[in-house]
Amino acid sequence: MTATDAKASRLDFRSRGFDFASFAFTGITGLATVFILAILAIIIANIVWHGWGTFSWRFLTGSADQDMFDVNKAGVLPMVIGTALRVLVMTIVVVPVGVITAVYLTEYAHSTALTTRVIRGAVNNLAGVPSIVFGLFGLGFFISFIGRGLDGGAAEPLWGKPAIVWASLTLSVMTLPLVIVATEESLRAITPGLREASLALGATKLETIIKIVLPEALPGILTGGILAVGRAGGEVAPILFTGAAYYMRDLPHSLTDQFMDLGYHVFILSTQSPDIEKTRPILFATVLALLLLTLSLNLVAVIVRARVRKRMRASH
Amino acid sequence: MGIHRGHQARPLEWLAEKFIFLVSLTAILMVFLIFVFVAREALPLVLGKMNSAAARPVIAAKEMDKLKPEELRTYLGLTAAEFKQLDKEALQALMEVREEEAKEAPKDKDATLNTTEWRYLFQPHQWSDSRPEDRYVWQPIGRIHKYNLMPLIIGSLKTTAVALLFSVPLALAAALYVSQLASPTMKEWLKPAIELLSGVPSVVLGFFALMVLASFLQGVFGYQSRLNAFVAGIALGLAVIPVVFSIAEDALTSVPRAYTQAALALGASKWQAAWQIVLPAAAPGVFAAVVLGFGRAIGETMVVLMASGNASIMSFSLFDSTRSITATIAAELAEAVFGGHHYRILFLIGAMLFVVTFLTNLAGDLIMHRLKGRLEGKAK
Repeated sequence: MTATDAKASRLDFRSRGFDFASFAFTGITGLATVFILAILAIIIANIVWHGWGTFSWRFLTGSADQDMFDVNKAGVLPMVIGTALRVLVMTIVVVPVGVITAVYLTEYAHSTALTTRVIRGAVNNLAGVPSIVFGLFGLGFFISFIGRGLDGGAAEPLWGKPAIVWASLTLSVMTLPLVIVATEESLRAITPGLREASLALGATKLETIIKIVLPEALPGILTGGILAVGRAGGEVAPILFTGAAYYMRDLPHSLTDQFMDLGYHVFILSTQSPDIEKTRPILFATVLALLLLTLSLNLVAVIVRARVRKRMRASH
Repeated sequence: MGIHRGHQARPLEWLAEKFIFLVSLTAILMVFLIFVFVAREALPLVLGKMNSAAARPVIAAKEMDKLKPEELRTYLGLTAAEFKQLDKEALQALMEVREEEAKEAPKDKDATLNTTEWRYLFQPHQWSDSRPEDRYVWQPIGRIHKYNLMPLIIGSLKTTAVALLFSVPLALAAALYVSQLASPTMKEWLKPAIELLSGVPSVVLGFFALMVLASFLQGVFGYQSRLNAFVAGIALGLAVIPVVFSIAEDALTSVPRAYTQAALALGASKWQAAWQIVLPAAAPGVFAAVVLGFGRAIGETMVVLMASGNASIMSFSLFDSTRSITATIAAELAEAVFGGHHYRILFLIGAMLFVVTFLTNLAGDLIMHRLKGRLEGKAK
């Protein structure tokens, strides 16, 4: 066959009977999709199957002050509280900053200006920084630079050591892009007519943003917050050096205390357990607790986001 | 009342706008700070101010008077402020301590080497306490700390290669199916379902690889060490799939509908339109997806830390236990002495990692930006 023939047959789009190529293409790509979903299902099913037996109210609310490797006594309450605390402090920091940035990008910025492009580039770049580098950053900037600076060379460091506040701040830097992107998307979904109506009635730009635009964008802001919590809740690498403790007798009392963490506990149980066979039930149950937390948050975010998108399509 | 214009008319509005603008610069500031503060800890090393030699040259304490103050200060490794505070007796005592230390220091030829020099970081060296050949060794413990980075770099590249080979074909095929072939209702379900995979924390993927996947894969392929680059790579692939899928799907969907419709009108089947029209049009975006997937894979920590076996062996085999750059930082930073050479080396490889991901992100971002511009320009 000459090259011209090959080209001609490639461009010959007429269907003739059973189209094998079409069948194979749909089959292969469809199978890939099913395969990915199957892996996800296997992971979840496996963890639920092995973890369900030990997963109970007692396990969730039990303390770990006796022996955190004891199957019958160990609970995960300190880890749940530690994870919740660091995520809460993170949310308080990241949501306002993220929302304000998104407001600037959609309401004030000129989309072609250099500043806008650089901000966007920085946001995208921040999203791709490895989580372990955030850990190094937290140690080098928050603890060594700011923390030790606050201590001013005191003998007993109060700030210049791993703590909840530093772990939370590190995580808020990491999750900033998630909040910005989600908020921006929902701000763009609002019809310009709404803004114009408000401005035409004599409201200023700031009043329009605070009283009209932001309430309308609330679902999107929520999505961003939820996604950030879901992402940060399961991250371990950034908190390894900035606040997580291997073991603590007491619950953290202040923001300058260290904390125990669900994700870090999963890591400890799977790599440093004295007897992996014996501690397997608590390991699976702890993973189940962590997975329930992050997956349910992601699920809620997906549902809220789907509603926002539907409304956006309806209004345009 | 005069007519006010500009920011004098509404000072609050003006202030609010400036405030909002300043806050929005946070993202830029953070990227900048991350680089500065990670690199800052590694700086003394890059400038050659660190010396990890176990045995350093000694000057007898009696000869202290012959040294100039500046020479004495550098010899004792003191800062200018510390040096001022010490009187002559204290300095004498320090010199004697140094002399004592030298008597106990190891005597072999490696002990006088500064292992933080570039050639020991990247080139093989024949160490006196191992086989007589040039070797790449990462061994930051013991008498002589060896900091050769090649085993770690190879380890990271090996796991990343496996992860990409596993995840990219799967994710791209799924992206093609979801964006081109699935019905709109199906698409509404499939896309979030696949993206749910990104909601599985990496520590859970690592756990899954360690407890379940490792034994399963060993049973199928029958290799020797249970935890190795292959297992870690497959698990890593699971973390990369949602990234590649998401971006590729986005790129494929952003190709104007008119392209597909024109092809279908000319008699093409759905798959021909997808494969010969949409995919080439979205090719830069698909490439960007792979680039960003690479960035994610090389920076992922917990999966590799838990599933790769963590032995820093210089080997190109996929089935040997491996240690990556990220896992090394995670595992060793807690034990490294604050401000010491080991600590600074770990920050150095962290900074290298940051630069690599920064460049891949930048490249991915630029490609996507151009593609969007091109497609939107054509659609109008």
